[in-house]
Amino acid sequence: MKNDVKGTEIYKTDPLIKRWDYSLSYTHSYAQDSEFFKALGRNVLLGSYCKQCNYKYGTYRKYCMYCGSETADIELPLKGKIHTFTTCYYSGEPFMNDVPYTLILVEFEGIDSLFMSRLINKNNTKISIGMGVMAKFKSLQKFDVNDVYFIPEL
Amino acid sequence: MNDVYIVSAGMTKFRKHNYDEDFRLMVKRAFDYALNDADITHKDMDGSVSAYFSDHIQGQLIAGAMTNDYIGLATKPSKRIEGGGATGGLAFQAGYEEIASGNMETCAVYGFESMSHLNTWKGNDVIALGSDSNFDYPLGGFYTAYYALMATRHMHEFGTTPEQMAMVSVKNHGNAMHNPFAQSPMKITVDDVLKSPMVATPLTMLDISLMSDGAACVILASEERAKSLCKNPVKIRAIGSSSDTMRLSDRPFGKVPLLPNESKDDYKNLKYPGVHSFRAGRIAAKMAYERANINDPLKEIDFAELYDSYTSAEIQAYEDLGFCKYGEGGKFIEKGYSEINNKLPVNPEGGLIASGHAIGATGIMQAVYAFWQLQHSVKKHLKNGKLQVENAKRGVIHSHAGTGAYETVSILER
Repeated sequence: MKNDVKGTEIYKTDPLIKRWDYSLSYTHSYAQDSEFFKALGRNVLLGSYCKQCNYKYGTYRKYCMYCGSETADIELPLKGKIHTFTTCYYSGEPFMNDVPYTLILVEFEGIDSLFMSRLINKNNTKISIGMGVMAKFKSLQKFDVNDVYFIPEL
Repeated sequence: MNDVYIVSAGMTKFRKHNYDEDFRLMVKRAFDYALNDADITHKDMDGSVSAYFSDHIQGQLIAGAMTNDYIGLATKPSKRIEGGGATGGLAFQAGYEEIASGNMETCAVYGFESMSHLNTWKGNDVIALGSDSNFDYPLGGFYTAYYALMATRHMHEFGTTPEQMAMVSVKNHGNAMHNPFAQSPMKITVDDVLKSPMVATPLTMLDISLMSDGAACVILASEERAKSLCKNPVKIRAIGSSSDTMRLSDRPFGKVPLLPNESKDDYKNLKYPGVHSFRAGRIAAKMAYERANINDPLKEIDFAELYDSYTSAEIQAYEDLGFCKYGEGGKFIEKGYSEINNKLPVNPEGGLIASGHAIGATGIMQAVYAFWQLQHSVKKHLKNGKLQVENAKRGVIHSHAGTGAYETVSILER
């Protein structure tokens, strides 16, 4: 429907079916996760360390899920290995222009849990579990988790 | 705790879209089916539990209360349960708790979803908001991708193949051929599944469950009320449930919680659950089995309604629920063990993949089918007896939210 036409979009009359648009803009605070997203602008990937449990999280969290203590920020290595992967040829609506894209879970040496990210490589081919990958940071920060992505290790 | 029984059940056909009936009327159809089938009236109901997943999809908040008045239960106690894909399974257990605690003598548990309100791509998007919106969703939020990450690792860990996953799709679509309530009955081959459009490697279009419009309802009662309302009630022998981290990346690498028929030596080198298995499914099953005194699930369970949101998830569930050991799920389908009238029929009516997935209704749909199986009334309701599991005495229903963030396992007995 053209923008200059005011009207109601009707798909069917029996039963009567119309289009209903409803949208929301959220005020989304990263709150206690803010440090992680700010650090991406300094080319730093933060994880978390629980002193009580001696457990290192590959995905940032301010409190330990095992003992409840506050964690300390740690810098994750910028090189890791593919723990698992998938290449998406369809997706949710906001990401349909991105397909095909590859998601990976990254494992880091000495870190107890994983990190989910996109893998950018030519044609989304020659990807395997155990393959070395390295973190890259976008120069123009958008303040979301896509400010970091991975490429095959050079 | 008081014993809890299912005394009646009903559901609508699941469809891609049902523009002629909104959620209230779909629930009314399912509820009336249940009332009529056991000669129960509204006056017999002490209260209800409603189940629907998404206010976003529904475009209506407090839809449970709207439904409750529409079906004639205004003034009775009622609440809404939500827990992602486990919504129906959790609501079923909430209904159980109402009766077991003595808070109610009878309780209607109903679920619904009108997925057709949104197109498939927007639906995928809204469902993906059921993942961490800081760390996971912005990467390309898509539940098929999350399950695909798990399936890829399951293949790596255990040698599971795309062909084995495809066999689940062939079985479930084939079973649905005899189920008039099913959305997608199809006679297909492994090759058809493998050649259907790739969605997220290794999962193709035919490896994935449907988006449906539908409703389902079960009526639960205490032992005394069950005897007066129904000639052949089905007992809910035990419930089990568990939860796990929302983010796949937070899953640890530890040890398998063992079932009675497993030993530590079975899993010497397996780091568990990682992302290959659903820890919450295993713990929920273990809890339910202990309460029901089940020691060897394969021998002691006659059929199962498992949460086959993806073919890979059904194979993973065989293992989580101990129908076989971890790593043997692929062989379990390959040997045909989960087919009708084989060792342990799984999703005899078609599961989420072929009967349909109207999220809030799904877990209750499983309870409806299991109830009919255990009443030996499949022929009456499906108008043919091809899917009746012979001599079914004990069945299991199972559901999950997220990538296993909530899981439920309930055990039903004749």
